[in-house]
Amino acid sequence: MAMSAADIERFIKEALPDAVVDIRDLAGDGDHYAANVVSAAFKGKSRVQQHQMVYSALKGRMGGELHALALQTSIPQEQP
Amino acid sequence: MTDIAKWIDNEVKSNDVVLFMKGTPEAPMCGFSGRTTQILNHLGVTFKGVNVLESNDLRQGIKDYTNWPTIPQLYVKGEFVGGSDIVMEMFQSGELKQMLADKGVA
Repeated sequence: MAMSAADIERFIKEALPDAVVDIRDLAGDGDHYAANVVSAAFKGKSRVQQHQMVYSALKGRMGGELHALALQTSIPQEQP
Repeated sequence: MTDIAKWIDNEVKSNDVVLFMKGTPEAPMCGFSGRTTQILNHLGVTFKGVNVLESNDLRQGIKDYTNWPTIPQLYVKGEFVGGSDIVMEMFQSGELKQMLADKGVA
């Protein structure tokens, strides 16, 4: 079963309320997405830990009903 | 530790660079595994490919081993580096080459 981009965004925001989430449906099949997630919660975490935080927000769906989610995570730019 | 976790642990610790992937380095069976193989080949890294499609226990076991839900997974000197997105990002920024050089494997 495929997931909608809105579902993915909702799950991520439940776990990371400040997150700015940008999702693209790569193939138009509801199964291959790319997500860019920006959150202050990533501060001080390694890339692996940042991705694990997003995966855990998706509660086991990643690798299951969600086949492919290319992930990029980053911390918000400091305001000058 | 389960038998499969012990087996994975041994692979990860007894090989400098291990890629758990779908298919083999010669014939990857998934675009993400293929892309990661290409990056390692491009950097001239000698690595061991472990085909997770050979066993369901292994396919699930590697996800549990590092709490990482997707394949491929790259390990260098016993440490989990990342999946295909992280490897790609590190390759593009030059970090991957540097890290491999620092660890003395490329």
